[in-house]
Amino acid sequence: MATATQSEIDHEIAQARATYEASVAGGAARTAQPAHAYPPYRSTALRHPRQPLVTVALSQDPEAVELASPAFGGTDVTALDHDLTRQHQGAPLGERITVSGRLLDRSGRPVRGQLIEIWQANAAGRYAHQLDQHPAPLDPHFTGVGRTLTGDDGGYAFTTIKPGAYPWRNHTGAWRPAHIHFSLFGTAFTQRLITQMYFPGDPLFAHDPILQSVTDAAARERLVARYDHDRSEPEWSLGYRWDIVLDGPTATWIEEGR
Amino acid sequence: MTTPSARPTPAQTVGPFHGCALPFPGGGDAAPAGHPDTLVLHGHVRDGAGAPVPDALLEFWGPGPDGELPRATGSLRRDPMTGGFLGRDGIGFTGFARVATDADGHWAVRTLRPGARGGHAPHLAVCVFARGLTRHLFTRVYLPAADREPITDPLLAALPPERRATLVAVAEPRGSHRFDIRLQGAAETVFLEFA
Repeated sequence: MATATQSEIDHEIAQARATYEASVAGGAARTAQPAHAYPPYRSTALRHPRQPLVTVALSQDPEAVELASPAFGGTDVTALDHDLTRQHQGAPLGERITVSGRLLDRSGRPVRGQLIEIWQANAAGRYAHQLDQHPAPLDPHFTGVGRTLTGDDGGYAFTTIKPGAYPWRNHTGAWRPAHIHFSLFGTAFTQRLITQMYFPGDPLFAHDPILQSVTDAAARERLVARYDHDRSEPEWSLGYRWDIVLDGPTATWIEEGR
Repeated sequence: MTTPSARPTPAQTVGPFHGCALPFPGGGDAAPAGHPDTLVLHGHVRDGAGAPVPDALLEFWGPGPDGELPRATGSLRRDPMTGGFLGRDGIGFTGFARVATDADGHWAVRTLRPGARGGHAPHLAVCVFARGLTRHLFTRVYLPAADREPITDPLLAALPPERRATLVAVAEPRGSHRFDIRLQGAAETVFLEFA
């Protein structure tokens, strides 16, 4: 298949959104999660299951393995892991930022003491990964990998630099909006989440099949951090705030329903 | 069930560059050193054309041989001096393994043989991440014979035989177990959602 142009991809994105809105208008429930099959993101073509997912009803199954989650603790992170600007001998190039917020469950309760892992491109839009051959400079002072454990209020905070946009080969002229990858654990394995956080006002949003794979507009908004001036530090860093809500049933949820 | 009040954050693909962040030394070696109940599991991840998936990440979670779910920490065990990894301590069992597929789409983990829990046949929970998956896929790997009649496990019992077989590891002559994951197409692995 010939490589699509951006305007062809934009058209496919619009079509997928219209199909979703029509299904909601027809009575289908809104869904925050992206469909597994999303044609504008070409790599989904051979990798999405064609069979429907099989539902496991955990409400009848308190012993299910997926109602518990792996535990992480103080040995799994180091004191510098949350500060991606201090992991090398010098300071990385780029705009210093903090990203902070809370990790919550669907009931709005904090998820305490759980592992958050992040990774990102450097300020020029390049990952410290051998397969990333985008001709932008690597930064010897930036690896772009961080970890932390959430606090008692579910809170987390990272100091890093704002990542750059970068090209990819989904279609001709494809660019990813700047983003930070987040990996999260909850109290139940059902809540496991890997996602991406974006920066407000990015002009690439409308053209990006990965962000747009979330066809629900309100859900898509929840992937965008807010600039929070109160979290900016004078003459030091810009503050972004992003709260994360884990989907998926938990033991607490199910017990309360009885 | 209570009505959830907070609106969930959507998933996004893990992308191609998780290799610098998520895999960790000893990630696949969850079994304590020399443990007699060690279970060696391995297999390939393949796409709808049968091609290997070289950039998948798999996570395994489940009970120890006694059927209890571990609360121990220390899967990653970092080195506070260098910022690197000390590796697992060889004693504790966290129940958690994480491995990336290699260039052939192959993976292997050494964990402990799971015990049965609450009417289930022994199994581990599996979570699959890859470029091209807009969100992760959950599945389970059952020990061999879980699909032999009479089938008691509620999930396996609800599946037709050919679908059921995709969730059951195959014992190999030298004691290892094979579990292939097919994302799409013929013999597509059964993937799960939880309600």
